[in-house]
Amino acid sequence: MKPSLKLLDYSILQQCMHCGMCLPACPTYVATNKERHSPRGRISLMRAVADGELKLSPAFADEMSYCLGCLACQTACPAGVDYSNLLETARAEVQSAGLNQTFTSRFWRTVTIRGLFMRPRLLRFVGRLLWLYQRLGLQTAFRKIGLTKLLPKDLRRLEPQCPTIATKFSPQLIRPIESPAKKQHRVALLTGCVQDLVFADINRDTADVLLANGCEVHTPPVQPCCGSLHAHNGEANAAKTLAKRMIDLFPPSQFDAIITNAGGCGNHLRHYSALLADDAVYAPLAKLWDSKLRDIHEWMMEHGCRAPRKGLGDLTATYHDSCHLTHGQKVTKQPRDLLKLIPGLKLVELPEANWCCGSAGIYNITQPEQSEQLLVRKVGHVIGTGASVLATANPGCHLQIARGLRQAGSPITLLQPVTLLARAYRKEKMTA
Amino acid sequence: MSSPDPAVLARLREIVGAENVLTSPEDTIPYGFDGTAALKGPVGVVVLPGSTQEISEVVKLAAARGLAIVTRGSGTGLSGGSVPSAGCIVLCLTRLDKILSVDAANLTVRAQCGAITAAIDAAANKHGLFYPPDPGSMKISTIGGNVAENSGGLRGLKYGVTRDYVMGLEVVLPDGRIAHFGNACVKDVAGYSMKDLFIGSEGTLGIITEVLLKVLPRPAARRTMLASYDRMEDAAQTVSDIIAAKIIPCTLEFLDRMTIGCVEDYAKIGLPRDCEALLLMETDGHPAAVAEEAEQMLALARARGARDVRVARDDAEALQLASARRSAFSALARVRPTTILEDVTVPRDKLAEMVAFVAEVAKKHNLLVGTFGHMGDGNLHPTFLTDERNTEEMARVHEALEDIVTKTLAHARTITGEHGVALAKKAWLRRQVGENSHDLMREIKRAWDPQNLLNPGKIFD
Repeated sequence: MKPSLKLLDYSILQQCMHCGMCLPACPTYVATNKERHSPRGRISLMRAVADGELKLSPAFADEMSYCLGCLACQTACPAGVDYSNLLETARAEVQSAGLNQTFTSRFWRTVTIRGLFMRPRLLRFVGRLLWLYQRLGLQTAFRKIGLTKLLPKDLRRLEPQCPTIATKFSPQLIRPIESPAKKQHRVALLTGCVQDLVFADINRDTADVLLANGCEVHTPPVQPCCGSLHAHNGEANAAKTLAKRMIDLFPPSQFDAIITNAGGCGNHLRHYSALLADDAVYAPLAKLWDSKLRDIHEWMMEHGCRAPRKGLGDLTATYHDSCHLTHGQKVTKQPRDLLKLIPGLKLVELPEANWCCGSAGIYNITQPEQSEQLLVRKVGHVIGTGASVLATANPGCHLQIARGLRQAGSPITLLQPVTLLARAYRKEKMTA
Repeated sequence: MSSPDPAVLARLREIVGAENVLTSPEDTIPYGFDGTAALKGPVGVVVLPGSTQEISEVVKLAAARGLAIVTRGSGTGLSGGSVPSAGCIVLCLTRLDKILSVDAANLTVRAQCGAITAAIDAAANKHGLFYPPDPGSMKISTIGGNVAENSGGLRGLKYGVTRDYVMGLEVVLPDGRIAHFGNACVKDVAGYSMKDLFIGSEGTLGIITEVLLKVLPRPAARRTMLASYDRMEDAAQTVSDIIAAKIIPCTLEFLDRMTIGCVEDYAKIGLPRDCEALLLMETDGHPAAVAEEAEQMLALARARGARDVRVARDDAEALQLASARRSAFSALARVRPTTILEDVTVPRDKLAEMVAFVAEVAKKHNLLVGTFGHMGDGNLHPTFLTDERNTEEMARVHEALEDIVTKTLAHARTITGEHGVALAKKAWLRRQVGENSHDLMREIKRAWDPQNLLNPGKIFD
């Protein structure tokens, strides 16, 4: 990744022939009808910066931040414009120019992106403190007596959105190496950051699904963040450091596949070779890494996932595509096929299934208004299907849509496809 | 990028509301181009009106101040029709996007100019009707833009083009008056057919604000087929055979080898990359007629040596094939940074010859070309794949275009079948239509818009 639009290979900008095919796919254009909020509009601004016709400005920075980064435009674009690369470069440039930063935004960036998400043990420690806060009833108590009002404005807004931290994190649920009865593959399991703190049980489910399909699962207890958060938010150097740590921890030559179960992480993880292209030592390793990286659904369907003998009763489910799984990784059919393996499960298609839910990394924090509009739109469609279960495969979407369903008073349960499959496998064992 | 003077801006804000007047470079730069490659212009101010009345007020202000107006919808035009000129007001009509009514008894749809083409078809569909013109950009193009450009599409052979569906128009004239032309009557010979003057006028005569469209009963059946060939002539000959057999299919589209590769890179639907021509055929109508015609078309394709012929399994696959074809132009942009798209149209029986000629020209000037288009109506889209920053190569592209236009005009046909003249074809218009006709067009423009305020510099200098 180049640090500025001027240094970027100009042909990537030129690739956009501004035909407009991206407009109807872009949630921010559809919401506003303004060219500036469309993919081709943003690219024209980036090109103007590269051409020296436009100076980096707070308005430019705003626009780059208003983009969801959902990459629906990449699916829509016949010309194959690498929008993800352009956006990350533009955001990195905005970041290094120090535009649009208040003292508080700088403070939180330092604490989170540069602090917590660079140090996995510290992140878990903070997660544990948060868990205590929630467990000891302090959260409820503080809310009751209005103590949360003492928090700074940003935190006060976020406090109710804070997900419930899991009682056990991944290492307490998954041993470093677990072997199936008959070993066919050797795979590494990436436990993620949010996934680990909030949905460690989904990591357990993922391991179970792998084990049930002949995979020996390697899950080191302490894993670095993949760096996707950093790359999406203009911290290219941190992203590179984390990618190298990841490759060091999981030498790609030792595994048949490196498995991720979070759509957002996966899209970043499988592009390490572009990130580390200029690094003489890591470039070849990154290339091998990319070739081994698989989304869990992709890997399962690639090797003929075994259908469970027992189902979970009669169940109507629908599926929401996480943006980076569908637009970034182009994994759309496999999660649906995986769900269809479960006896008794009827899958109904969700209208606008691949339209962003507004979670979009930290977008629900940085752009709450637009995020909320998208959430309401998504929840309306989900309820309209009449399904009792919504399946999705990304922790961000999971948290966001679950919150939306709660707000709407809907009884629909949100689960991930691997969880449903793992439960069906467990049922087999119980009845066996 | 000079912004209009503060008094003008203040008045514009008064008319449409401050939030609908854009002046900062971050807001206006994205309105400096449309869908045409290598063309852009400076934007001082963008105005987004919310009603015909507001448009009329804006035009009156522009007329009083002598300011040019360049109108745009979604900006997907392919001849530079909405590329801004220096000092102009860009009038963007996307806020006027309502479909006002669907009249199933009289088979009409009334819509505001900014309504999306595909949304009009979808609204008609709810009543078992359909709006046939389907330009490549239909998912985002506005109906006002379609009328101003007289857009075509994939169904031209059987169903015609936008002009064939316009029954009435509301137009803001260059002095700001609001006029209505046409009505819901199929027969109407009262006076000059003024609406026809505005259809295809490319924003130079008036601002189309509302349209009354004819719609048709939705065909009960449809069948989509795909045939691949080792020689382009065989595909073209199949088309002639189909017409000779007295069949008028709704779609007969072709892609050449280069285009097939690019489309397949994008759509990944298993198109054969190793054939020289792909023919996409579709017939629609009564189920019995469709079944019979489809059989005949398949047999004719086989008889002309099609290597492989297949029928789309279901509606989903048919839609996938049509969408893939619609993406052809943009997909060609995968190869080189700049795609220069042509729109020449020749008689059907000259089509194979023309495709071969295009290949020859590309070879002569050492250029990459991908050709696709509407084989049924002779409308070709040779697309040169080049780089606008390479001036030497761009000069060769222009020589090649000159050769193609000369050959087209030798067949006494048209330099543009459906994209319009605007900037891209301006240089050749006089050669095609002749001196007298060209002069008359110009005289009409001058009489109508004496200050030359509406889209100046388009179609004529």
